[in-house]
Amino acid sequence: MNLNRRQLLAQTVGLSLAGLFGASTKAFATPEAVAESVAAFADGSEVGSGSLKLTAPEIAENGNSVPIAISVDSPMTEDNYVKSVALYADGNPNPDVITFHFTPASGAASASTRMRLAKTQNVVAVAKMSDGSVVSDTRNVKVTIGGCGG
Amino acid sequence: MASKPRVKVPKSASAGDIISIKSLVTHTMESGQRKDKEGNVIPRMIINKFECQFNGATVFSCDIDAAVAANPYLEFKARVDESGTFKFIWTDDDGTVIETEKQIEVL
Repeated sequence: MNLNRRQLLAQTVGLSLAGLFGASTKAFATPEAVAESVAAFADGSEVGSGSLKLTAPEIAENGNSVPIAISVDSPMTEDNYVKSVALYADGNPNPDVITFHFTPASGAASASTRMRLAKTQNVVAVAKMSDGSVVSDTRNVKVTIGGCGG
Repeated sequence: MASKPRVKVPKSASAGDIISIKSLVTHTMESGQRKDKEGNVIPRMIINKFECQFNGATVFSCDIDAAVAANPYLEFKARVDESGTFKFIWTDDDGTVIETEKQIEVL
């Protein structure tokens, strides 16, 4: 719901603002910047939901190291597998976090890591399948001690 | 700089098993957001790529950005159909490469 509103906003204003939202020229990412990144990653496909699950704590005790995990329900066969899952943070200095690339040899499209969160914000995961379809999931994480060392 | 990679791979598995692999490498992952005492920005220096190969073929890889926490931890899966060698490769912004290998016996 939130993501659709942001996507709509991004579509109407995003194109003109795209130049301003360059990776390193502004203080912090915004939900619109993340919507732009998601749209670019989706490369024309509609962004659905359901098979991708993003796991993140509701409250991060330490913004310097927040455990997150993704898992996509997929057979991971040569004909039907998850190609990539990208993670974005809409309140960090830079929205990019990590992009996982899977192959059928992965067996399962699941991965976890630890990320930095500067402040309370949404983490957005987007998965692209071998057939071009795209799904996403979002989690809001409350941060008490920010993790950008600033 | 990157050092001391630690990877956990099961020593053996049955053909077709999907195993869990956990990896950790020591690295400050300097984000480029911090400033030193004089107020100068400490330049970014992070591991930006990780790759896991099995018997020479890529199984899993990541493009890593500055929002990944220091001492990057990565946990992922691999399906093993035969015995062989896993190779783990971390690449730094300055081109430094750290590698380590683990064998697995698949019955």
